[in-house]
Amino acid sequence: MAHPSQLGFQDAASPLMEELLHFHDHALMIVILISTMVLYIIVAMVTAQLTDKLVLDSQEIEVIWTVLPAIILILIALPSLRILYLMDEINDPHLTIKALGHQWYWSYEYTDYQDLGFDSYMIPTQDLTPGQFRLLEADHRMVIPVESPIRVLISAEDVLHSWAVPSLGVKVDAVPGRLNQATFIVSRPGVFYGQCSEICGANHSFMPVVVEAVPLDHFENWSSLMIEDA
Amino acid sequence: MTHKHRQAPALLSYLGMENDHTEVTMAEDIKTKLENYRTAPFDARFPNQNQTKNCWSNYLDFHRCQKSLDAKGQDTMPCDWYKRVYKSLCPMSWVQKWDDQREEGTFPGKI
Repeated sequence: MAHPSQLGFQDAASPLMEELLHFHDHALMIVILISTMVLYIIVAMVTAQLTDKLVLDSQEIEVIWTVLPAIILILIALPSLRILYLMDEINDPHLTIKALGHQWYWSYEYTDYQDLGFDSYMIPTQDLTPGQFRLLEADHRMVIPVESPIRVLISAEDVLHSWAVPSLGVKVDAVPGRLNQATFIVSRPGVFYGQCSEICGANHSFMPVVVEAVPLDHFENWSSLMIEDA
Repeated sequence: MTHKHRQAPALLSYLGMENDHTEVTMAEDIKTKLENYRTAPFDARFPNQNQTKNCWSNYLDFHRCQKSLDAKGQDTMPCDWYKRVYKSLCPMSWVQKWDDQREEGTFPGKI
């Protein structure tokens, strides 16, 4: 989850998010190096005491500052396209869950075997117990097995919403009448938070997404309990 | 065989059964597939993010399959594949709405 004064991304909890994180580090390093070099050159030129009035052109430097940027761009494009195609890989999900956006809560449906569906409302600030996170906790979490490919089909029952979990690298719009597919694998057990990412009315900021990844046997126990309770 | 031509192409190719097969073996194969069902598999007809048609298509296919096998007086067990897939993919509220519409006679799809 996010923490105060955070500068970078949240810790990755899925292989795709790890790739995105590393690519971002790579691209940002290139950007910082170029900006530093340009800033240095500007300062050097502005503060220089001497001038050379006879320099007209130079083929050598023209070649260098054309070819080098082209190479740098290729070094950015190749990892970028690799990740783009990685995202579109055909995977074979073990489980399908539907996440439906409402004003102002999410509902989750697990219907591969039996009809399990439940709502997930934010826990109001006054009802939080010590240690819980303000505006992020929900009464019922979306529980999934760890290290299994999961397919989430996202839609909405009223207005536009968006289902986002930054640590998994997922953000998908919830459009009424449409089913948008996202697939991911959670690499480690844990609780991962996100917030509705499309303005949807008064309580848009108060309908969080909470995903809990647990070992498979825990998941099976949880789903049996949920079906009994329903 | 006439049995083969009535099945939707997607199911046949998914089962790897485009060639001739007896009706008994086909039913057994479908039964095994149903017993081993985990979730809706990747469908090459709907490779992208928008899975709306996938849900709609399987809902229609189930009801069409059921209607045609019922009319012939045959066992509708092979149709259960489509049912499992649409149950996995379609939101329960959509299924409820379509079931109500079919009952009223206002269902927009052709079954």
